[in-house]
Amino acid sequence: MSEAILPALTVRDLHVQYSLRKGLQTRILRAVDGVSFTLQPGECLGLVGESGCGKSSLAQAIMGIVEPASGSIEIAGLPADKTAIGGLDRARAIQMVFQDPYSSLNPRMTIRKTLAGPLHLHRLCPPSEVEDRIRTLLALVGLEPDAADRYPHAFSGGQRQRLCIARALAVEPRILVCDEPVSALDVSIRAQIINLLLRLKDELGLALLMISHDLGVVEHMSDRIAVMYLGRFVEEGRWDQVLSRPAHPYTRALLASVPGATKATGPGRRMTGEAPSALRPPPGCAFHPRCAEAFEPCRTGSGPPVTMLEEGHCARCHLLTERVPA
Amino acid sequence: MQRFNLNFGLLVVAALVFVAAFAPFLAPYSPVDFADLRNSNLPPGGPFLMGTDEQGRDIFSRIIYGARISLLVGVVVQMMNTFVGVTLGLTAGYFGGWWDEFVQGLTNLMLAIPTIVFALALMTFLGPGLVSLLLALGLTDWAYSCRISRAQVLSQKEQNYVQAARTIGFGRGHVIFREILPNVAGPLVVVATMGVGSAILAEASLSFIGLGVVPPTPSWGGMLARAREQLMVAPWIAVFPGLALFITVLGFNMLGDGLRDLLDPQGRADR
Repeated sequence: MSEAILPALTVRDLHVQYSLRKGLQTRILRAVDGVSFTLQPGECLGLVGESGCGKSSLAQAIMGIVEPASGSIEIAGLPADKTAIGGLDRARAIQMVFQDPYSSLNPRMTIRKTLAGPLHLHRLCPPSEVEDRIRTLLALVGLEPDAADRYPHAFSGGQRQRLCIARALAVEPRILVCDEPVSALDVSIRAQIINLLLRLKDELGLALLMISHDLGVVEHMSDRIAVMYLGRFVEEGRWDQVLSRPAHPYTRALLASVPGATKATGPGRRMTGEAPSALRPPPGCAFHPRCAEAFEPCRTGSGPPVTMLEEGHCARCHLLTERVPA
Repeated sequence: MQRFNLNFGLLVVAALVFVAAFAPFLAPYSPVDFADLRNSNLPPGGPFLMGTDEQGRDIFSRIIYGARISLLVGVVVQMMNTFVGVTLGLTAGYFGGWWDEFVQGLTNLMLAIPTIVFALALMTFLGPGLVSLLLALGLTDWAYSCRISRAQVLSQKEQNYVQAARTIGFGRGHVIFREILPNVAGPLVVVATMGVGSAILAEASLSFIGLGVVPPTPSWGGMLARAREQLMVAPWIAVFPGLALFITVLGFNMLGDGLRDLLDPQGRADR
């Protein structure tokens, strides 16, 4: 990527917190705990992590559904708040595809009405051309024009996800956030949706933020991969760097859990137990209770610093900064 | 047999609408002006299908005209109640926070005080008459539609289509009334239909104690009130308006029941 092109999306030190009240005490849940990344136009960033690691909270903060506690979000260089790019402008710049296609379409609206809504709201085309535009959108996601007259329940999961993509694309966004777009679909349908997203990325120059708990889904389509654990990025890099030379034990464990994927060599394949609660994050590196290679520094302090391994590839792990004692 | 409730309800309501609309053509006598004391307390039969009351007026004609009041009050009152209840319930459920607390408190208050007592208080304040009757009943019986719409919104709010509409950029008004409302309309229609019956009953009760429609305008409740004094001498004066009231309320309730079966999403076929 050349430096001259403005990133489509820049996220700096983003924090998302929820306060949970239990009796008299209020506890803070740090769902996203200091995440920074950039997304270039036409690039696909795959975001991987277990459930509860803050992926969806990150997506919602980027969409403006939840208000971040601190940090900044810039869309095409403009800060995403009410002063520079808010409301309808933000909606036109960035759109989202949700995990569950069955609840993402209003069951009482025909597809025509669902797709015409954004066109009218954003005044994207004169009323006489709405019908044409709907046909184009349906064709773009590989559906017949007569789909417009039907209600959502007449479609299968894969078709519904295509419709959700069409609706998101109706406002011609530059960025598409996909929150587990294929997790609710049959395995046989997943590849079709992934290929559709890839084709749209190339045809429209979309920047994709692809969120999944499944490294296998992300590895096929991402230019870069970020691995998230308990609110933080633990490793980020080009897909070939992350997949062939995973630096963080958690990434290696994830890779080892993908059936049929390129097995990472070295120790730390096994991972036991579940992710700790973000309400009570362990001291030090959040991954140390499950890490086979954890040693003293991992258990104290505020977690390992970011280590730059090579151009564009970095990770947060003490193993990378200090010698492992034999 | 599945559709019996619906069909029976529809039949009763359609008959009521027909009778109310064509009252001048259906009624053999004038409900008010035709009063001859020589005809008072005549039993059913002969020229008077349902007999006459103590003033010699034809009960059949008065029941036909009384249908107009009942239908008008029932429908207008229930429209007002539904409007108030649904607006409060939808916004309370969607926004939550202090507004939700306030609306819930208000709803509990309305449920704690019997509707008829509340309406009575309002009527004494506003004075008798049709308009105050509509206001008194139309602003006091919205607690159920409020509760139901609030509960419905809470379940719909987390659906992704609501989030999708917000991320597209639609405002709150559009999301609440254009996206959510059509999805929760089914149960609300049922509640509103059944409420028509209770509104008609409430009107009859108020008219019965003399706070409703001003005599001599015929209303079923008012007729029952007058009949009380003649109950031992001329029971038919009470029986026929009572029957009309009974069948009408039953009809609206069965229509509501039938609509519930019809609108149940599980039973909906391709549309």
